[in-house]
Parts: sequence; structure tokens; C-alpha cells
Amino acid sequence: MTTTEPSPEAVEEERPIGFGRLLRKEDPRLIRGMGKFVDDIQLPGMLHLAILRSPMAHARIVSIDTSAAQALPKVVAVITGADLAEKGLAWMPTLSNDVQAVLATDKVRFQHQEVAFVVAEDRYSARDALELIDVEYERLDPVIDVRTALDADVPVIRDDLEGKTDNHIFDWETGDEAATDAVFDSADVVVSEEIIYPRVHPAPMETCGCIADFERVAGKLTLWCTSQAPHAHRTVYALVTGLPEHKIRLIAPDIGGGFGNKVPIYPGYVCAIVASLVIGKPVKWMEDRTENLVSTGFARDYVMKADIAATKEGKILAVRTDVLADHGAFNGVAAPVKYPAGFFGVFTGSYDLEAAYAKMTAVYTNKAPGGVAYACSFRITEAVYLVERIVDCLAYELGMDPAELRLKNLLKPEQFPYSTKTGWVYDSGNYEPALRKAMEMAGYDELRREQAEKRERGELMGIGVSFFTEAVGAGPRKDMDILGLGMADGCELRIHPTGKAVIRLSVKSQGQGHETTFAQIVAEEIGIPPEDIEVLEGDTDNTPFGLGTYGSRSTPVSGAAAALVTRKVRDKAQIIASGMLEVSVADLEWNKGSFSVKGDPSKSVTIQDIAMRAHGAGDLPEGIEGGLEAQICYNPENLTYPFGAYICVVDVDPGTAVVKVRRFIAVDDCGTQINPMIIEGQVHGGLTDGVGMATMQMIAFDEDGNCLSGSLMDYLIPTALEVPDWETGYTVTPSPHHPIGAKGIGESATVGSPPAVVNAIVDALKPYGVRHADMPLTPSRVWEAMQGNHTPPI
Amino acid sequence: MQVPAPFEYERATSVEHAIALRERLGEEARFIAGGHSLLPMMKLRLANPEYLIDINDLSELFHISEESGEIRIGAMTRHRDLLDSELLAEHFPIFRDAERVIADPVVRNRGTLGGSLCQADPSEDLSAVCTAVDASCVIRSTSGERVVSMSDFHVGPYETAVGDAEMLTEIRIPLKAHAGSAYEKVERRAGDWAVVSAGAAVWMDGDVIADGRVGLAAVGPNTTSIGPVSDALRGVAPSEDLYRRVGEIAAANCSPQTDQRGTAAYKSHLALELTRRSLRRAVARAQGQEA
Ligand SMILES: Cc1cc2nc3c(=O)[nH]c(=O)nc-3n(C[C@H](O)[C@H](O)[C@H](O)COP(=O)(O)OP(=O)(O)OC[C@H]3O[C@@H](n4cnc5c(N)ncnc54)[C@H](O)[C@@H]3O)c2cc1C
Repeated sequence: MTTTEPSPEAVEEERPIGFGRLLRKEDPRLIRGMGKFVDDIQLPGMLHLAILRSPMAHARIVSIDTSAAQALPKVVAVITGADLAEKGLAWMPTLSNDVQAVLATDKVRFQHQEVAFVVAEDRYSARDALELIDVEYERLDPVIDVRTALDADVPVIRDDLEGKTDNHIFDWETGDEAATDAVFDSADVVVSEEIIYPRVHPAPMETCGCIADFERVAGKLTLWCTSQAPHAHRTVYALVTGLPEHKIRLIAPDIGGGFGNKVPIYPGYVCAIVASLVIGKPVKWMEDRTENLVSTGFARDYVMKADIAATKEGKILAVRTDVLADHGAFNGVAAPVKYPAGFFGVFTGSYDLEAAYAKMTAVYTNKAPGGVAYACSFRITEAVYLVERIVDCLAYELGMDPAELRLKNLLKPEQFPYSTKTGWVYDSGNYEPALRKAMEMAGYDELRREQAEKRERGELMGIGVSFFTEAVGAGPRKDMDILGLGMADGCELRIHPTGKAVIRLSVKSQGQGHETTFAQIVAEEIGIPPEDIEVLEGDTDNTPFGLGTYGSRSTPVSGAAAALVTRKVRDKAQIIASGMLEVSVADLEWNKGSFSVKGDPSKSVTIQDIAMRAHGAGDLPEGIEGGLEAQICYNPENLTYPFGAYICVVDVDPGTAVVKVRRFIAVDDCGTQINPMIIEGQVHGGLTDGVGMATMQMIAFDEDGNCLSGSLMDYLIPTALEVPDWETGYTVTPSPHHPIGAKGIGESATVGSPPAVVNAIVDALKPYGVRHADMPLTPSRVWEAMQGNHTPPI
Repeated sequence: MQVPAPFEYERATSVEHAIALRERLGEEARFIAGGHSLLPMMKLRLANPEYLIDINDLSELFHISEESGEIRIGAMTRHRDLLDSELLAEHFPIFRDAERVIADPVVRNRGTLGGSLCQADPSEDLSAVCTAVDASCVIRSTSGERVVSMSDFHVGPYETAVGDAEMLTEIRIPLKAHAGSAYEKVERRAGDWAVVSAGAAVWMDGDVIADGRVGLAAVGPNTTSIGPVSDALRGVAPSEDLYRRVGEIAAANCSPQTDQRGTAAYKSHLALELTRRSLRRAVARAQGQEA
């Protein structure tokens, strides 16, 4: 395996047949406002659903009176948990084998939990009727601080679970505890820190919603839905509603951002389905902004005790961590079943360790459920943040430069494939050149000189380094499933008679540019221009089964499927070409778009010629059927492991503690590059997310469990004014097991950037003796750290 | 989509018409100016007025002019026009400082001076600006006009001296010689409400400060001028030491609360730091040292 620079033509060519900087095919539609999102869809006779939510975090429902709401004009139905319970639909499974209330029957377990819903002829009437539902609650003490959730005297949140006497969900561990302790016991240097990754929210621009349309005569349910995983969702709905799976069609139209928020199944979807089943008309439910922020899948919420052991020369020996995970009121984590902590096991990072051990306890609290992959590849954001922060703490204690410390410990190229101490097999990597490249782009030594001068003058400048290894492309079906569904992806390619094509995939773009990327993969393999290839996703009746788009899995899994299905078609095309050119298959040469006879390039047929022959009236070689299409299901043999080196430069105003992110240098390696422009866009978005999490975002609660972050005035999204001009660079180290060597880039920057920003801010505060400070590093929290009284964000 | 409760709507054709409607419809009616405070509250159903009286057609409320030794600004003047006004920039650059950091262009295109003052949000910026420059507010009713100072205008958080059947029509700022003013704000993100902000205005008499005022936002229930600040500034030559002392007075005279924007201790610290910075710049401007 070798690492190269991205090829210059891939970067410059404008209309490539295959890989390169192709303008996004979906953009003319999306940027002209011609996209079609769930809320754009209007069906004849469609009704509107609005949800009544609990004002309290923990309370017993004493009574619900819906009569006044029922009496409001235009109201069609008012449904409570008791009504659903009669149909056996008051509870539904979560993605983690827990159950979640669709509508509360016994008690509410988080503020804004779903209590009742109204269906009305228009959205306004539905909303007005909510005001008229009278619910009497009996307040119960809430459990809000995760650190007290397992105390003896706290209320049991999940008394619906038989025999449940505490708020414990699971214990999980990985690595070798004894071996790790032994390394720690004899190490020269041990550094410990409590590192908190606060609760954050994916906050996609489009909130979640659906239209359920049950046609009674056909017995068929069509669900237009903001779903990142249409096929998986259809199966779950079949299990929940009892409708046969072939009588459910799920259509995910254009989606305005997902980031993991649209992976879980929310009560609102089920309510809309039930309403349409009962009423027999289409029913639309669209969350408002507050509902999205306060009730749907949050992310992170890990309290991590981290220890690192090293020699006094700075050789890192072991990492150990003890994590307390807040999962909210229902365990709705989206992760493969055998991985309750997601892929947190890669907390060993990019370093060659002698030992590692992690243990985790997950608990219920009276907060919204979830724990989704917010652009984190199943908890790798937490893992990378942990290791990159504690490595910086070690650098602080050793008085070593953090870049130098990392260079000393990064895995070497000859160690790949590398088995980590927690059992992950990194497929390929060449780490040092990536970090060196970032340092060169940054002018690292010059920056350190500038920092030293500024410190002399009392100015605060910080330089933060992070190095991350991602693990994406879940996953091998022997290890990975969600609710029993293996994580392999189907894919189907049809070449039409005129040589145009349609590829059908199980994944679902939420803005990532699938219509372009997948067309380019097919184009690269078969030589049909990308604009002649239609990419079809998001309709379960018209695409093969697969598990959807999250965890950066589309390119590693469905991208591989797309390449392989195209090769299968090309193999058939070659046989047809051999008939057309009257030579044996072995005598043909592939020239990206045509087959020619070896040694006689004038004798050739294009893929378009072959397609017409395949569908035409002429003879085909013996045993070959007409048509030119194929279908496969790709089961990845391993995950892919993208990596990158990030450097962030900040200035902190010593008087106000305001942080300015001055520069950010990102060197990414996602293996083979399909469309460098799309990669660049994914990196820009993820870096912006990272600045948001590091400096301004947190879903906060008061001690009564009221959510304090229910609007975009309270939960801040960074804008162009908070971020610098991104300086990006790339190296290319292909994945050895992926058919085109691609690794996935969707979440690298979200994973890698928060530690770089935090490390930079903490570095700026070095003159104040600050070694660690938790996100979000708002001016107030930075100032607290400067005063030496930093408080945990809980 | 967040949807408001039902309401009725009428577009006023003159100030008299608007006030008459308001008088007739009583406390269930609200004027709607830019709508950038009122509409979000209605969508969240924190405000449920039964009637909206739209005052966006009242051309007599849109102006920035110099008259009788005062700058007069109509209540419907939009943030955008305050930002762009050369007249204001010349006499009171504090407006441009503040408008650069109030909300975002979309909000500034609609939101108004009158709406900002009448909303009386403790974090609102223009109240601090108007307090610093010693503005007075012209309030009209069917029985005539009265003029109140900023300290009388603010009654409490979200509460002003404007009665149910009254309208704020104009604010007036006296023009005095050798003025300088400046605004400083700390926000968590561009377009966010202030963690704390401070506006300062000074009027010089040779080498000493003849008069000076400071207005702070987001540090207590009300934006009011701080008497001891003006006492400390009057007749004193500007110095770093003075700015710090006055900053300390400002910090001691506010009562910030801990919230998601910051701790009370941090906000007190900012009251000091931003008072100091805005004074420093206001004096520099008064002395012609900084544009
Ligand atoms: C995203 C966002 C960010 C913002 N950030 C900031 C910020 O950083 N700093 C800041 O200061 N503000 C900020 N604002 C508020 C913005 O400046 C508002 O426009 C302003 O506060 C209200 O002005 P308006 O014209 O929109 O008033 P409206 O919303 O129309 O009215 C507000 C209230 O004043 C009353 N009213 C309006 N005009 C009169 C009048 N002439 N007489 C009597 N009563 C009247 C109305 O009845 C209503 O009760 C922000 C707003 C938004 C939406």
C-alpha cells in the first residue's frame, strides 16, 4: 500500500467520466428551491397532526381530558396513550432493543415527551386544539445529573420494565484490564483527567416529519418520511404495526440534513401511521424547530475519566477510561447491536499502545432519549476527543510539544493492517506524512515562534493539534446488525438500450451528493458519462434492501456495491462485445467506455453499442440472456479507516475571554477520492460543526429537567463569521479491501475538529496554568477556566 | 413550522388611526413594527394578542434628521437605516458600532428602533445606546404628546412607560459639542443577543470630560443610566485609571444573572471590561483620535 498526493487531473478536470471534480448533479434542483422535501408534499384530503408534549420531566399522568379539543371545529381526532394502548401501540421498540413510549400512558419521563396528538384539517387548528387538552400531572422528582443516576435513593425512571429497581442500562468493557493496570503501575508518567463531551444535537435544517397514507382498499401504507434508513425503517414499521412488509412503501424524498438525527424512529412517525390507519386519510406530521431540538435524537453525553501512561521520554504506553453514559429516558442509541457503546473501542486512537482498557456504564435520566451518531461514526467523536485531549494533557505534563509527542507515537506504515489492543483492525494508514503536511501548511514552527513572542506581551494565542483515525463503513454482517438486520447493502444497475443507465441504491442522501458520487463510481467503471446515469434512492418499492446512510457508510458499503455491480455488468458487456467483434473474451481490451481488440484499436464497440445489442434483435453469444443489468449485495469484509491531521490556531482576548478561530488546517486521507469537490464540502461542513461543538453548543437542562436549548437562539449554530477560511489538504492511502480503495469522508471532520479547537484554546490558556477545560468553550467558560474555577458542563 | 394562535390584523393609515385603534381594542391589541420580536413570541405562543395593528405604512415614523439642536429618529426607523446613516455616524458613531453587532442583515432589514425600545428586553442593544447618548422618547396618545427620559421610559423587563393607548413615535438626542461615543458587545456568536454590552458617550470640555454616560445591556432587569458613573466622569481628565475605576463602578451597579450566556461573575467582569473599552474609544473619538 502506498500513499500519494491526489492526482492533479482529478482535482482540476471539470467534466470527468469517472472520478474528478464534477459539479453536483443535484445542485441545480436544490439551490433553485426546486427540491422536494416531505413538507412540500400535499396530498388530496391530507390531514395534519400535532403532538401535545409534557411540560414536566418526570410526572405521573393523573388524568387527560380531551373533550374541549375534540369540540374545536376542524378537529378530526384526539388520541391519547390510553387509546394507543387499546390497540397495543402505546410502546415501540428502539434501535437498541429497549422500548419507548409512543404516547405516555403511565408517566412522562422527559420534558416534551409525547402525551397526546390531535389530527385536524389544517395545521393551525391542530396546534390550537393542543391548548385545549387538559392533562393533570403529579410531579415526581426527576433524575437530571447523570452522576447521581445510580444513587440508592433516586427515583426509578423505568418502572415500566419488569423488575427494574434502578436506572442502570448496561455495563460494557473492552480491552485487557489487568494488562493495562500493570502497564500503568510501572509507568514513569501517569496523567488523569475527567473529560466531558456534553450533550449536543444534530439540528438538521429540515426537522423530522412524515406523511402517512394508508389506502384501505389496497391495504397499503405509503410513508413519505425524513428517513436516513428507508429499508430498515420499513421493516421496523412492519414489526410495530403488524402490516405485512410488502404492503409498506417508504419514500424518503429530498432530505435537508440528517447527521444521524433521522436514523431513529420517533413517536411522531408512528402517531401519523396510526392516525392514517384509523382515519383512512393521509396524515402529515412535521416537527417544529423546538420539537426537533428537545425531543429527537441527541448525541454524546459522555462523562469520561481518562488516564494515560507514558515513559518520561514521551512514549505512550497505555490509555484507560471509565465512562458514564447518559442515554436519557429510553435507550434509543443507534448502533449495531453488539456495540452498545458504538465504536468507542477505537479510543486507542492513532498510536501504538502496549495496552488499553475501557469500561462504561450507561444510565437512564429524565432527558430526551437518543444517543445517535451525530456525524460521529458511532461514538468515534467521543473516542477521538478522549484520546486527543488526554494526549495533550500528557504533552502539558511532559513539557513536550503536542505535535512532536504525536509524531513520536503515531503508528508506522509498516504496521498496517494494524490490530489495536481493543480488537479493531485498521486497514491502511500512513500517518506521519499527513501530520507533517498539516504542519508544513500551517507553518508550525513559525506559529510557535509567534506564540512565544505574543506570550511575552501578554497576548493569548493557541495552537491545537489533533490526529484522528476514523472507523466507518459498518459493517461486516457477521459482527454488525441493527435489530437483527445485517449491515450489507444491495445495489442494482440497469443499462438502458441507448446506453443510459439507472443505479438503484438502499442508502439515502441527505445533502451529501449521492446523485453525483454514485454516478461517478458507475462512470469510472463503465465509461458512461455521469450525466447519463440516474441515481435512484429512498423508495423502498424501487430499490434493493440495505441499511441506509449514517456512520459515513454510504461510500464504503454502497459505493463498493456500486463498483462491483458495475463490474458485473461490464463482464457481461465484454461477452456481448466478443460476439459483436467475433473474437474471444480474452482478446478484448477495456478502454473505459469501449472494448477493442487487443493490438487492433480500430476494431472496437462502445458500451452504448453493446447496450443496444443487449436489448436488440441481433444474436447474442451462446447462453447469454438479453438485457444489460445486474444486482448484488455487498458485505464489507472490514470497516475502512480514514484518518487525518488537524491544526487549529486561535486568539483569545485576555480581557473578555472571547475566542477567535484564526486558522484551521485540515489534512484528510479518505483513500481514493471520487469527487474531490464533494470531499472538500464534507470537510468544510464537519469542521464548522466542530467549531460549533467546541465553542458554543450544548443541550442544557436545569435541575428540574427543563430543556434550556429549545430554539436556535439558545442552541447556537456557527455561521461563516465564526469560522476561518478552511485550509485543506489531502493524502491518498487507499483501503486495501474496498473495490475502489475509497474510505468515506462524511464524518472525519466532525470527529477530528473538536479536539483540535479545544486543544488550541487550552494551549492559549497555558499562561494561566490551564490543562483542561470542557466544551462548550463559550467566552464565559473560557473566562472561568482563566480564573481557575472551571465547572463541568452538566 | 411554529404557528401562532388566531388573531385579527389591521393596517393603520396614520399615527392617529393607529392610536385610535389601539384605544378602542385595548390591551389585547399590539402594534406590529418589524415583527422580529413580536412574531417569534407569537409563534412560540408566549404572546397571544387578539389584534395586530400594523404600523409599517406610517411614513411619518421613518426619519433620521437634525432639528432644533437635536437628532430626531422616527420610531419605525429600521436597524438597517440606523446602520447606514451618515448623520448618525458623524454625531453618534455608537449607533453604527451597535448596529454592526445587532442580529443579522435579515433581522436588521425589518426590525425597528421603536420596536426594540418598546420590547424592552433586558439584553436589547438600542436601549443601552439610547441611554448612553441621553435620548428622550416621544410618546403620543389621543390627548397629545409627552417626552420622557430613558430612565423613565424603562419600567421593568419587557415593560415601558408607553401605555395601552399610546405609541412611541420618536426618540430625540440632544446635540452637544465635543461628543464621542462607542459601543462594545460580547456575544457567543455573530447575531446572538449580548452576553453583556456597554455603550459610552462623553462630551469633552478641553482636556476634561464635561459629561459622560454609560448604558449597559444584559446585566439586570433594566437598562438605565448609572448615576455614579456620570458623577465619576464629570470634570475629570480621561485616563486608563479613570476607565478602570468607572468600569468598577459600572460592575458594582449591575445585577446580572447566571444563564446559558454566562455566569453572573463573568458578566460583572464584562461590565467592567466593556465599560472601560467603550469609554476609551468614546474619549478617543471625542478627541478626534479615532473615526
Ligand atoms: C434572530 C434575532 C436576533 C436578534 N438579535 C438582536 C440583538 O443582537 N440585539 C438586539 O438588540 N436585538 C436583537 N433582536 C431583536 C430585533 O432587534 C428586533 O427587531 C427588535 O427588538 C424589535 O423590533 P421590531 O421592530 O421587530 O418590533 P416588533 O417585534 O414589531 O415589536 C416589538 C414590541 O414593541 C411594540 N411596538 C413596536 N413599535 C412600537 C411603537 N412605535 N410604539 C409602541 N409599541 C411598539 C410591539 O407591539 C411589540 O410589543 C434580534 C431578533 C432576532 C429575530
